[in-house]
Amino acid sequence: MITKRIIPCLDVKDGRVVKGIKFQGLGDVDSPVRLARLYSDSGADELVFYDITASAEGRALFTDILTETARQVFIPLTVGGGINTLDDFDRVLKCGADKVSVNSGAIRDPRLIGEAARKYGNQCVVLSVDVKRVNGAFRVFAKGGRENTGLDAMEWIRRGVGDGAGEVVVNSIDTDGVKQGFDLEMLQKVCEIAKVPVIASGGAGRTEDFITLFRTIPGVDAGLAASIFHFGEVKIRDLKLEMQQNGIPARIL
Amino acid sequence: MTAIVDYGVGNLFSLLCSLDAIGEQAVVTPDPDELRRADRVILPGVGAFADAASRLRSQNLDLTLKDIAESRKPLMGICLGMQLLFEKSMEYGEHEGLGLLKGTVRPIEEILRESEMDPERRLKIPQMGWNALRLRKKSPLFRYIKDGDYVYFVHSYAATDCGDSILADTEYGANLTACAGRDNVFGCQFHPEKSGQVGLNILRAFCEME
Repeated sequence: MITKRIIPCLDVKDGRVVKGIKFQGLGDVDSPVRLARLYSDSGADELVFYDITASAEGRALFTDILTETARQVFIPLTVGGGINTLDDFDRVLKCGADKVSVNSGAIRDPRLIGEAARKYGNQCVVLSVDVKRVNGAFRVFAKGGRENTGLDAMEWIRRGVGDGAGEVVVNSIDTDGVKQGFDLEMLQKVCEIAKVPVIASGGAGRTEDFITLFRTIPGVDAGLAASIFHFGEVKIRDLKLEMQQNGIPARIL
Repeated sequence: MTAIVDYGVGNLFSLLCSLDAIGEQAVVTPDPDELRRADRVILPGVGAFADAASRLRSQNLDLTLKDIAESRKPLMGICLGMQLLFEKSMEYGEHEGLGLLKGTVRPIEEILRESEMDPERRLKIPQMGWNALRLRKKSPLFRYIKDGDYVYFVHSYAATDCGDSILADTEYGANLTACAGRDNVFGCQFHPEKSGQVGLNILRAFCEME
């Protein structure tokens, strides 16, 4: 049986892993390549590298790190952050990325998803969406969660999948960094409309949050988190064992 | 020395890295002579079957691969590269494959419709993620792995009617072909280069074949 995936996310800035609480107050964690190996060895099913640098030097450093990781780590790698054009896809795919996630880039130019899917295949294109409740409606936020685009999140996801996104990462700004569990209400809505794999992000604080996620919403394929793995609050091996004990299919090394 | 067939399909960076990690020298080449000189050959690929098959033919690599298979040299197809080894594919029409393995590649959606699985499970297409291998036959490819080991799949089509060339399958609403093989010709539907240590162990077993 296909397993539910556990995906640590590494936000990389100037060659280091960082994680913000509610996207602010960044603190230094560790070397990305070292963390990637550690995670892979402990049973992570996939890794997401998120490039949060803005400078050209930072960008070059990021692709170096990606290349070095791909040489040492043999699980799927997804890259996001600063993906605005097909050239950006090309740049990270050449360095060992298997999938590329688009967020603000697709909001700026919605044709990007379709063009990338035609060139690299749907399986390669991941639509990443930052969602926040505004007056009771789910809205898409851009620029790392700072700007309300006014777009209806469910409409945006439906359109992205229709254009060829092969997977959707849904990050709830409302639950991100709060560590009180995933945004089940929002994820349930997404699973009703998306026929492609859905990756839940934002809110994991402990092992039970993942168990609740997979038990409550069978349509969710994977859970993504950053700081709880980086700081060792949740160990991937223990999490997988707990999943197995709760009847959730998990790949245990 | 292992040669990887270069016919303009897919990203070979990870495959090269994984061969490097097991200490295998590899070359990526479209040159039939270089492919024939190699100790073994890997046919990679992602994308559409018809496009890949016509690329192989336009470079005369179909004939080269058939020669290599006949010469008893180890040959392994990965993902779309595996699907190309079969007789035909029903991906958007009917397209002829290399015919090195018995079987027809068909949409998973169709396979699931015919299977007896519970329609309430509503499995997604493509199958994307880690699934367990069920080893159906002894094979030198499985020398360093065991039944139940997990590998990483991304596919919307799977080989059917493989007869006794089926080596391993995986449960995804139906029994989908995961590995097939006959004599010196092998195919993996999953991505060994993305399947952690299990994947590296499969590549290692292949690279030890003479």
